[in-house]
Parts: sequence; structure tokens; C-alpha cells
Amino acid sequence: MVHWTAEEKQLIASVWGKVSVEQCGAEALARLLIVYPWTQRFFSSFGNLSSPTAIISNPKVRAHGKKVLTSFGEAIKNLDNLKGTYCKLSELHCDKLHVDPENFRLLGDILVIVLAAHFTKDFTPACQATWQKLVGVVAHALAHKYH
Amino acid sequence: MVLSAGDKANVKAAFSKIGGQAEEYGADALERMFTTYPQTKTYFPHFDLGKGSAQVKGHGKKVAAALVEAANNIDDIAGALSKLSDLHAQKLRVDPVNFKLLGQCFLVVVATRNPSLLTPEVHASLDKFLCAVGTVLTAKYR
Repeated sequence: MVHWTAEEKQLIASVWGKVSVEQCGAEALARLLIVYPWTQRFFSSFGNLSSPTAIISNPKVRAHGKKVLTSFGEAIKNLDNLKGTYCKLSELHCDKLHVDPENFRLLGDILVIVLAAHFTKDFTPACQATWQKLVGVVAHALAHKYH
Repeated sequence: MVLSAGDKANVKAAFSKIGGQAEEYGADALERMFTTYPQTKTYFPHFDLGKGSAQVKGHGKKVAAALVEAANNIDDIAGALSKLSDLHAQKLRVDPVNFKLLGQCFLVVVATRNPSLLTPEVHASLDKFLCAVGTVLTAKYR
């Protein structure tokens, strides 16, 4: 089980409290598809992903980004039981969606950059460290049921 | 992975905007790397890694200068960083995985200090550029 210090929990809560899940989620997913274009392989049903502009304004991308980050919010409420929280989603990503867990790490890194741009100097090194740890454990939990 | 003309233009423009602050960006990136990925400190047992360390600042300046040099010679990064590539292969032997970690921290620094600079397109180009630099620095490892 992952151990979180009081400071880490504080840093997570204070950032999350100021995040627009809809906006951040949309931006993070759009950037994933733009910066790592091979990730588009999972989204052939999403329509026009032909350019950064198309991706950013694509309503399916925005909706899915919101969905993904909303799920992240669940993780934050259950920091002491991430594997349990993500058990079903892990099975889904393995058995139905066939997503390489490396993609969770890529999205995590992108999310950190999106948060950094949003919070600028308030995104201190300690804050970054905590959030990189969080996205890392979320990625790990999502990969946990893979077989 | 090849840098397109668009990527090169984005990277050159980005470093032009960063300008003289590159040294600070370098130091900030290192500090974040040591905090976020403590295993990277193992390469600096001889450094004072405390906050505000002059050694970290000095090293950040070197790292930034290398990135600027690569950006200024973006058509031949391997040529521009050839000596650094030799150094990393023969002497420093930093495990290749760590260049990605520093790259991530550099992008975070750009995001925190100049968020408007880091459009999705520039983000993609810078990420590619940093990967290319890492590839060059580890190219002669074996």
C-alpha cells in the first residue's frame, strides 16, 4: 500500500480543489493525442483528429478527457485504496480496451504539465513531486489487473 | 523520430523567448528532478543538493547551455553535442532512462514560468527535441 504524508495529502487536495475537471481533463487528453500521436490508435471512433486544432476542439476528446479526470477524482478520494478503486477499470482497460499501461504513464506526465501551466509558480517542486507520485500510483493501479 | 521543419521552428522560437533565463530554467529543472525523482541524486554524491545550492545552479547553467547549443544547431544535434555524447558514454554513464526524467522536469519548468509559450504544438516539438538530445547523449553508450 502506498504511504502518503500529511503534506502530500495537503498538496493533492489544495491543487485538486482549484482544478476544473472538465477543462483540465480535456486539455490533458488533447495534449496526449497531440504530443504522442500514436495514442490516437485508441480513438478511431472520435472523428477528426487530423491536427492539433481539430483535436483540441473535438467534442468527443473533450468529453472523454472530462470522464478520465473525473475518475482521477475518485482516486483522490480513495488514496488509501487505489488498487481497489481501480480494480474494474483495470480489467476493462486490459480485457476490453487493450490499452498498453505505458499510456497511463504518458497521460500522467501530461497531466502534471497541464497542472504546472495552470498553477505556475505555485506548482512548487514539492507539489510536482507529489503529483508525479500520484499519477505514478494511479497508473500502477490501473495496470494492476492486467494479465 | 525526426524533427520536422515546424518542430525546429518551434524549438528555436521557444529558446529565443526563454533567452537569458535559460540558466534559471536549467537550475529549476535540476532541482525539480532531484525532488521528484530522488534516484537521480545518485549521480551527484559529490554535490550539495540542498535548496539554492550553488553547485546545482552551476550545473543547471551547463545543462541549459547544452540545450541552447542543440537548439542553435538543430540541424545537427549529434555534431553540436558530440563531445558531450563522448563524455556521457565514457565517463558519466548516466542511465538513459534519466534523460526522460530531466526532460519532463524541463517541460514542467517551461509550463510554470512561461505557460503561454507551451502551446500543445510547442509542447510536442519541445518533447521531441528533448528526446532527440537524450538520444544523442546516449548514442555512443554501446
